Amino acid sequence: MGKVSEDKEYVGFAALPNQLHRKSVKKGFDFTLMVAGESGLGKSTLINSLFLTNLYEDRQLPEASARLTQTLTIERRGVEIEEGGIKVKLTLVDTPGFGDSLDCSDCWLPVVHFIEEQFEQYLRDESGLNRKNIQDSRVHCCLYFISPFGRGLRPLDVAFLRAVHQKVNIIPVIGKADALMPNETQALKQKIRDQLKEEEINIYQFPDCDSDEDEDFKRQDAEMKESIPFAVVGSCEVVRAGGIRPVRGRRYSWGTVEVENPHHCDFLNLRRMLVQTHLQDLKEVTHDLLYEGYRARCLQSLARPGARDRASRSKLSRQSATEIPLPMLPLAETEKLIREKDEELRRMQEMLEKMQAQMQQSQAQGEQSDAL
Amino acid sequence: MSKGLPETRTDAAMSELVPEPRPKPAVPMKPVSINSNLLGYIGIDTIIEQMRKKTMKTGFDFNIMVVGQSGLGKSTLVNTLFKSQVSRKASSWNREEKIPKTVEIKAIGHVIEEGGVKMKLTVIDTPGFGDQINNENCWEPIEKYINEQYEKFLKEEVNIARKKRIPDTRVHCCLYFISPTGHSLRPLDLEFMKHLSKVVNIIPVIAKADTMTLEEKSEFKQRVRKELEVNGIEFYPQKEFDEDLEDKTENDKIRQESMPFAVVGSDKEYQVNGKRVLGRKTPWGIIEVENLNHCEFALLRDFVIRTHLQDLKEVTHNIHYETYRAKRLNDNGGLPPVSVDTEESHDSNP
Repeated sequence: MGKVSEDKEYVGFAALPNQLHRKSVKKGFDFTLMVAGESGLGKSTLINSLFLTNLYEDRQLPEASARLTQTLTIERRGVEIEEGGIKVKLTLVDTPGFGDSLDCSDCWLPVVHFIEEQFEQYLRDESGLNRKNIQDSRVHCCLYFISPFGRGLRPLDVAFLRAVHQKVNIIPVIGKADALMPNETQALKQKIRDQLKEEEINIYQFPDCDSDEDEDFKRQDAEMKESIPFAVVGSCEVVRAGGIRPVRGRRYSWGTVEVENPHHCDFLNLRRMLVQTHLQDLKEVTHDLLYEGYRARCLQSLARPGARDRASRSKLSRQSATEIPLPMLPLAETEKLIREKDEELRRMQEMLEKMQAQMQQSQAQGEQSDAL
Repeated sequence: MSKGLPETRTDAAMSELVPEPRPKPAVPMKPVSINSNLLGYIGIDTIIEQMRKKTMKTGFDFNIMVVGQSGLGKSTLVNTLFKSQVSRKASSWNREEKIPKTVEIKAIGHVIEEGGVKMKLTVIDTPGFGDQINNENCWEPIEKYINEQYEKFLKEEVNIARKKRIPDTRVHCCLYFISPTGHSLRPLDLEFMKHLSKVVNIIPVIAKADTMTLEEKSEFKQRVRKELEVNGIEFYPQKEFDEDLEDKTENDKIRQESMPFAVVGSDKEYQVNGKRVLGRKTPWGIIEVENLNHCEFALLRDFVIRTHLQDLKEVTHNIHYETYRAKRLNDNGGLPPVSVDTEESHDSNP
């Protein structure tokens, strides 16, 4: 914003990325991450390790007899993380109770409902009249934890993944990977990859890097992709490995596992791919692919005869330009609109008062100077 | 063989192989002259030697069952315990290997010999346990199998013309594998042990214990012990069967401190400090299976094989089997069906 550009031939939109960047830095960044998997696979520890927080400090772990009759619940935790001037509002969605009861049939349904609810909310917001402050509560990514003790995906894993793979970006992760020797890890990863292919489960595909990137980067990228599912170890404790320098790890009698050592586990890879490079892409895929898929399915099902009348009362149909029925929003929506309008009115009033005060001040100053 | 209602264990013990140790004589033996060294010595203590010889000739049976979700290292542990490939590992990475849809019972017998003693070891595997989406009542096939073995034995026992040595297929010991979540027992673990601890000797073990640090291990064990106690689950060695003070103190220590044993199994050897040891090699160190600083495998092995093997059999025979027998006799109005030698057994024992 400083110098006026001297070159008159120069249009200047190369600065656009910077402008976008500044805008998003000001606005902040929203991200919703879901963690799913059986209890005891190190999910909470990994989240704490990834984001260097202590989100699960006050958690009460129920006993086995209590878990017998517990149904799956959905819990949300929010945390604001700031780094290098950029604010990220991270929402974590937890699924305690998953895989606990004796009969886990359909235990994934609450999760599916939750994901779809977020889509539905967004669809409604998008179709509504006031779209200024749409809150994006859609789940952008689901880290699914696979047990290192099994022989690949268990029936419950397969059932869950099949139920959600077209609704959310799935990143499969092998928890507590320090249970495995290197050859076991490789074999397990291969088995999981084979099973995913066999069951036709779509996991999040990390995009290919640009063809003009250098060879080193391409090789690194290829290596990272080969290591999916990521075999991770989490820890919030700092230990001295071999007495040299303190690292985050787990100390055993036979050695110390270093969380950030790429020879020990894929934690660094996961962190790099999830947090450092693909956060934005995950949001985009959620919006452009998964949400659009949901929307299309939703609206198509409304296009069926008989359903149209019901639907036109609650959603705005974009299908034919000739008939655009005015949306009659449900009561809750109208109330929300009224509230928003009230808020706007209040703000405008405040501004008016400020301007009045300023005018009065300048008048007073004017009179003073007259007097002088 | 004991007949009638369940008796106290001391009587029944006489029918088994190991007699009580001979009490010290009230009058010390006089020092004897060199030539007549037989004065005052009868020679009954050679009975131990005679029994030993007999055992070596006939060998003995031991039936061990392993229960737990797939992948917890059951087969590897059994192979490590008996230092031979007695359990075929589910070919882990085979693409065709699928989890069975229901719980299967697979019993495989082996004869192992050590120091002239033959053991007919049967390992009973239970693939499919706890692996389904719906695991309700998945212990029922297991309970059924155990009762079938009791039934088989009972039928042989009430025969008019009995075999000299009734083949013993009863399950003497059930190793239950707990997943090392670090949190607590899983609901399935509780339900299984609640139902089966009354029917068979259950020894809970914490599988793949190399995922827990020392603190995590000790916390987890404490929590598991407490949960078992709160739910009234008596694992082997059961408190009520401690015979005397010596047993009680020894078993108390095991029950309250060591169990459940946190184990690691392996069938691969590595070189450590010039010795070849069974272990698991990771980038951060080698876990030695028989090193007590690393895991409690050695404790489990000593417990099951070296000190309590016979006791496991005795409790199975004198308590669990007798309970079953009493129930059957009561149900049938006092008389079990008389079985003829030629009657075919319809049990599904493979």
